[in-house]
Amino acid sequence: MQSIGDALGLAVALVLSGDPDLLEIVLLSLRVSLSATVIACLIGLPVGALVAIGRFRGRNALLVFMNALMGLPPVVVGLLVYLHLSRSGPLGFLGLLYTPTAMIIAQVILIAPIIAALSRQVLEDLHTEYADQFRSLCLSRVQTVQALLWDARYSLLTVGLAGFGRAVAEVGAVIIVGGNIDHLTRVMTTAIALETSKGELALALALGMILLIIALGVNAAVQSVRMTAARQAYV
Amino acid sequence: MSDAAAMPFAQSVRSAVPSVLMPLRVRDLVLRFGEITVLDHLSLDLGPRGCTMIMGPNGAGKSLLLKLLHGLMQPTAGQIDWGGQGPTDVTARQALVFQKPVLLRRSVRANIEFVLKARCKRPGESAEFLEHVGLSHKADQPARLLSGGEAQRLSLARALATDPEVLFLDEPTASLDPASVLAIERIVSDARNRGVRIIFVTHDVGQARRMADDVVFMHRGKAAEHSRADDFFPDPQSSAARDFLNGRIVV
Amino acid sequence: MFARTLGATALALTLAGAASAQEQSILVQSTTSTANSGLYDYLLPIFQDKTGVQVNVVAVGTGQAIKNAENCDGDVLLVHAKPSEEKFVAAGFGTERTDLMYNDFVIVGPAADPAGVGGMSDVQGALSQIAEKGAMFASRADDSGTHKKEMALWADSSVDPTSASGGWYRETGSGMGATLNAGIGMGAYVMTDRATWISFANKQDYQIAVQGDEDMFNQYGVIPVNSEKCPSVNVDAARTFADWLVSDEGQEAIAGFKVADQQLFFPNAPGN
Repeated sequence: MQSIGDALGLAVALVLSGDPDLLEIVLLSLRVSLSATVIACLIGLPVGALVAIGRFRGRNALLVFMNALMGLPPVVVGLLVYLHLSRSGPLGFLGLLYTPTAMIIAQVILIAPIIAALSRQVLEDLHTEYADQFRSLCLSRVQTVQALLWDARYSLLTVGLAGFGRAVAEVGAVIIVGGNIDHLTRVMTTAIALETSKGELALALALGMILLIIALGVNAAVQSVRMTAARQAYV
Repeated sequence: MSDAAAMPFAQSVRSAVPSVLMPLRVRDLVLRFGEITVLDHLSLDLGPRGCTMIMGPNGAGKSLLLKLLHGLMQPTAGQIDWGGQGPTDVTARQALVFQKPVLLRRSVRANIEFVLKARCKRPGESAEFLEHVGLSHKADQPARLLSGGEAQRLSLARALATDPEVLFLDEPTASLDPASVLAIERIVSDARNRGVRIIFVTHDVGQARRMADDVVFMHRGKAAEHSRADDFFPDPQSSAARDFLNGRIVV
Repeated sequence: MFARTLGATALALTLAGAASAQEQSILVQSTTSTANSGLYDYLLPIFQDKTGVQVNVVAVGTGQAIKNAENCDGDVLLVHAKPSEEKFVAAGFGTERTDLMYNDFVIVGPAADPAGVGGMSDVQGALSQIAEKGAMFASRADDSGTHKKEMALWADSSVDPTSASGGWYRETGSGMGATLNAGIGMGAYVMTDRATWISFANKQDYQIAVQGDEDMFNQYGVIPVNSEKCPSVNVDAARTFADWLVSDEGQEAIAGFKVADQQLFFPNAPGN
């Protein structure tokens, strides 16, 4: 297990060196995965909210389907997006394959179901508390959804975090649609995969540690926001 | 804050003309959950104005009756008639204050503004309502950090902000201290005096005596007795009501 | 407000993503063996300085690289599986194929050398011996150029290793690096191109066991993708890149690429 010690030293050295290539990769990882998380929230939260408050035929089947989608293998998502964005595919004319946009699209597809399924649970719990009051106020469906989303905002931050975590950690989808092109679409996970395939295990592990530190930073930021909110009983 | 009701209140004052929702006619109302019958052919007529106190032992179906009248639930059978309209048609013209206040995870002010916006009114009016219930000084605090009495006053202010013609209260003062109970009662009395029809569920005989124009005593899923307050308290007609007023256990 | 801010952020980020388009740039579909060795890191700056054309490389197995190019997701194909490349050109996906360079394959194995093939140069004899002894052998089994070459060598040795798949013959279905990592982890022999092996960092006690057979030469070819099939191809830049690679200057650059003082690729474009 000597390589873990090596990796630790290497990770520290890499961070201290302020290597511009590393910085570029880190920033692209954050840009792609944060964008994907934001867009997936714009899609997933309203869907989660409508399912949370809705009582309609096939709702249970829809819930099972949404929960199953959470387990989508990234490689399959990558492949589906590749087939659509490929020059010979239906959306090939957009010229998006092997761009960060393609990576964002793949990650949105990957995590929107997670956001929808987890937010559905959070919002349904909150709606149980609010339902009678809201019906008494004769709120429309849209007003109900808006109020639930706003009042659950700090719990939903955690939901977003779960999505971001999956996005920033996955490699299967982005390596297919991004192509791991140096200075263009190389992100932390594809760089780790590359270094592993070159047998540079210590370097790969060092990059993994840096990725972990980034994830820790994002989590800590969200946690501190949540704690402030909890002091005001807004959670 | 104890003299909250004495403060000037510039809200659009509902005239003393009775609401067109009144009188209320309830006929043969039945509510069943499986084997359990909660309401058993309950019939009731409520007049145009004043404060009706609904009393009765636990499990008599008082809270569920309020939800049915307010259109939040569907009865198993029977008719509810608000001046010619069904309960779900008139929900928006009524308000209900729950025993346990359901406050949004926002500031005190935002809780009022929320219903004002939902009713297409100016959010700025929230100041009047907060002043009316003596919560102006807490406007920017998180609503869910209020004390029990403050929370219920906010809940009441929010109900009044919808400008209801009928105000239901479901044991709003259970588990509150005496000063908070009095504050709530003053706000409710003020609303009654401005023409809001009050339908008030309580266990508290003292509260019923202070507030009631008339009393409905519920027992075993029926309106066992419905009398004017002046008649009910000195001389209840049903034995269950008599036992209840005398502090005996009624089941 | 919250939602509006989110929306604006998303839009800004997406636009920023779409803006990184490329005017004078081409995409090369190539193999992990060339990319992982560092060849492109050495060649491309020389080419870019001279022409100003930005070259982006997607490194996958030869099979996938050809498939991607057939889907028009590339301007130039640079792989090592001559029969498949010729089929690619014959089907009209490429304009023409030119021999570019070669390196050779080697079989690496653990120091203990369980099959006793260390030092052999007869690859067919070595493979037969590995099969006979049932010594572990890890194959990429991913339809890559290396895998195709390996299968051809097994066929020449009259051994069908796939009948022992899961036994002594382990099919990883992965790239060269992953297969080396796996093979080294399980003490198996692995066939790899020399370039990947020399620059591979996780060798542990492994060394080259079999090398030097002419059957193990590994020919690379370069093919510009045909703009008649794929109108999106950057024809001029692709042509410029392919021509430069086979020119005297490009060939010298390839010969000049060394790792640990060893030349990894041997230029052999016709006319040079």
